[in-house]
Amino acid sequence: MAMKQSPAKRVGVTVAAWLVAFLIFFPILWTFLTSFKSELDAIAMPPKFLFFNWTLENYAEVQERSNYLKYAFNSIVLSVGANFVGLLIAVPAAWAMAFAPGKRTKDLLMWMLSTKMMPAVGVLVPIYLLFRDLGLLDSLWGIGFVLMLLNLPIIIWMLYTYFKEIPVDILEAARMDGASLLNEILYVLTPMAVPGIASTMLLAIILSWNEAFWTLNLATSNAAPLTAFIASYSAPEGFFWAKLSAASTLAIAPILVLGWFSQKQLVRGLTFGAVK
Amino acid sequence: MGSIQLKSVRKAFGGVSVINGVDLDIKNGEFAVFVGPSGCGKSTLLRLIAGLEDVTSGEVLIDGKAVTDVGPAQRGLAMVFQSYALYPHMSVRNNIAFALKMAGEKTDVIERKVAKAAATLNLTDYLDRKPRQLSGGQRQRVAIGRAIVREPKAFLFDEPLSNLDASLRVQMRVEIGELHNDLKTTMIYVTHDQVEAMTMADKIVVLDKGSVAQVGTPLELYNRPNGLFVAGFIGSPKMNFIKGPSSERRGAAILGIRPEHVAVSTTAGEWPATVRLAEHLGSDTFVHAEGDGIGPLTLRLEGEAPLKPDQRIFVTPREANIHKFDTNGRRID
Repeated sequence: MAMKQSPAKRVGVTVAAWLVAFLIFFPILWTFLTSFKSELDAIAMPPKFLFFNWTLENYAEVQERSNYLKYAFNSIVLSVGANFVGLLIAVPAAWAMAFAPGKRTKDLLMWMLSTKMMPAVGVLVPIYLLFRDLGLLDSLWGIGFVLMLLNLPIIIWMLYTYFKEIPVDILEAARMDGASLLNEILYVLTPMAVPGIASTMLLAIILSWNEAFWTLNLATSNAAPLTAFIASYSAPEGFFWAKLSAASTLAIAPILVLGWFSQKQLVRGLTFGAVK
Repeated sequence: MGSIQLKSVRKAFGGVSVINGVDLDIKNGEFAVFVGPSGCGKSTLLRLIAGLEDVTSGEVLIDGKAVTDVGPAQRGLAMVFQSYALYPHMSVRNNIAFALKMAGEKTDVIERKVAKAAATLNLTDYLDRKPRQLSGGQRQRVAIGRAIVREPKAFLFDEPLSNLDASLRVQMRVEIGELHNDLKTTMIYVTHDQVEAMTMADKIVVLDKGSVAQVGTPLELYNRPNGLFVAGFIGSPKMNFIKGPSSERRGAAILGIRPEHVAVSTTAGEWPATVRLAEHLGSDTFVHAEGDGIGPLTLRLEGEAPLKPDQRIFVTPREANIHKFDTNGRRID
């Protein structure tokens, strides 16, 4: 990729990149700023960018009105727990597809991917009824199960592409060394795939964290994660922008920090196998 | 103990037959080399013995016991791969110890055996390094260390030297040979390099298109190849094949004569020829010549032969070293 560029072009490209990045980042920045405004400043025309009375009262009110920590706890339990279980299922599944493929493995992979294209609302009623009859509504187990199923195709796909990069010789060497299938996966395959597993998990956790459709429909209070916490601020009487912003900032803060520190793995995870 | 027998072993991938009914008997302690051009099925045959591939039909026996349905982990064989296949995330020590850990050996036993293997292979100073910090030759030694530490019934080598440079290859060839002399364990060694086969083997198995072309000691194959394929494959430079009046006169469809089994004269001889190129190696001179009416000839002359391109020469084969083949390419005695 050693292309020669004139300085002017480089400056242009850099400015354009910053501009695009700013555009993408702006809503988050605006939400963050709005969370420190009074409700009046929040809807002021023309909008106030930095010069307003900075206040923390929205955060105080949000904490007073609803228990942020409980929602945050649910979010963490659901996104980490569901994907950890998903990982336990996905590793052997991806092993089988990558190292012992059958005639229909490719079709199976495509079918799994196709489930991600199905509109979720299409199965809402049957799943809701099932959950009601099984007593799983508003339970962490039930919602965790759905979140796990939602991400399973993605986790398997990503692990599959990672595993495909691992030389099969090394696994065969382990077999010759007397390793059982379980030991081969545990002591040889998994440690070699740690970077891949980490970025897969990171992506899956972010997806679960942001998942709103199922969490809003299947949980009301006990098992409700941060998505429900935000949704509760859109009241029929209208929006309280400043408080909604404070709630949103609180909801995205943990995942934003996690994402910030693991940018490298995330980008690698998203583009892995695309270019070699 | 480590005798290995194959009984009409066949292997097909999909509809394509790769191994067409191989019968083979490798005795305990023997150094057997599978040799053949690429695609002849030699690596597949090794993988069938290892259990990394399932046979389509036939039987594999180790020490007289059928192991066709036994997985690679239970066959008691050790394998050295062409790519070394070391565990990249483990230190040299753990690479060597892995098989012992899998076998549930005690820590002190593992330590003692790893130390012994490392000492044998000059790896003691590298035990705490990761494979990526080692040179190609050292990696190869770790791969061998991983194999010997288990005291297997037999060693399987899958072209273990082909990733090394020429001088290291010669050195490792000697080391593997010495290892065999020390351990006296059965070894099966796959290579496409007939020089490796000739120098290392007790028994060479020449494979051609998924079938055994000939089995024998290196000198048996060199002196009495049973057909054109083996005659052309074993020996370097290759044997010359000659058709026409001089073969008919000797009652054969094709004559074979090795480059080293001829007399060359500048005045008289059986086959007049023109020198195209002379390669002077010091110890030998390889002469590439064009025989009148018989095509290209390769000749190997001892020492310095003062021959130049376009020079006329006369080549006479040594009668005792002539190989005769019929129209089907089979040897005539």
